[in-house]
Amino acid sequence: MKNSTRETTGPLHGLVFAPGEELLFHPGDPIRISSRFPVGHYRVPLYLRGKAGIVEAVIEPAAIDNEEEGYGRNAGTRRHYYRIAFPMTEIWPDYAGSLRDGLRIEVYETWLERR
Amino acid sequence: MNPPNQGHDRDHAHGHDHLHAETGLSGRPGYYDIMETAVRELLVERQLIGPDEIRRQIELLDSRTPALGAKVVARAWVDPAFRARLLADGRKACEELGISFYDDTQLIVLENTDKVHNLIVCTLCSCYPRPVLGLPPDWYKLKPYRSRAVSEPRAVLAEFGTIIPDDVEIRVSDSTAMVRYLVLPKRPEGTEDYSEEQLAALVTRDTMIGVVPASVEQGKAPQ
Repeated sequence: MKNSTRETTGPLHGLVFAPGEELLFHPGDPIRISSRFPVGHYRVPLYLRGKAGIVEAVIEPAAIDNEEEGYGRNAGTRRHYYRIAFPMTEIWPDYAGSLRDGLRIEVYETWLERR
Repeated sequence: MNPPNQGHDRDHAHGHDHLHAETGLSGRPGYYDIMETAVRELLVERQLIGPDEIRRQIELLDSRTPALGAKVVARAWVDPAFRARLLADGRKACEELGISFYDDTQLIVLENTDKVHNLIVCTLCSCYPRPVLGLPPDWYKLKPYRSRAVSEPRAVLAEFGTIIPDDVEIRVSDSTAMVRYLVLPKRPEGTEDYSEEQLAALVTRDTMIGVVPASVEQGKAPQ
């Protein structure tokens, strides 16, 4: 894990982040949404599981992991949501609109994989 | 798809068929009615929240209307510095105008341009920028809009009478997590002499969801 990114560009030097709060992804990173299908209610839509996208932005501040918190498994640790960009043609192979069309959505860090 | 405002809220669990809100209770409460009552009574009984806090929150929610969003948009049209702050941090810029955010959601303001047309949806449920627009319209909460807005947005827009040329990108934002969106429509042509107040009158709810452009005609339609 890179640990210099925010230390050198941020206003404070030598800042130590809580576990999980350090960014694992950055704008421009190519990612894939995990294709896990756990039992229960998850906010990552089914239509995006396994789809390839690009990180467009980091959503600050880091936020609670609802999926762990909901089962009492999280002690308040936080990670980031990322705004992810997809071309419509990646999501719907037979998409009928313009090739320029796209979709944006915020996805929690635990659902992103490098590609 | 039903035309706007005529959609019936099929999501609600009362199991009967009516096109307008009831004025009194009739029939047995549904599953979710009972669950809501039980949770509310437990929270009050355990003194985690008081009945007045619930009432006050409902009052707060009901006080929000699209007129607030319209003020934000009109200010952005006349004040480039405000527009820049709004696009950089939607929530902070709205708070500048005195619009409080009573929850921990962030707001991303999506600017429509000659190259991009933004459309917002929540495929999961009905996430909506309530602090600035109030309650969402019924059609926004129904499955036809929620599923089709992400799979065939151009067809959905056409049903609202909005035809977007192929060389303009449609960008659909699906708000399912911590972030809410507000569309900043394009300022209509021929409004150079309008005051900020006159501009705000052109900005309807649907223009800020992205299903129609703002226009001088929109402003004349009843809101």
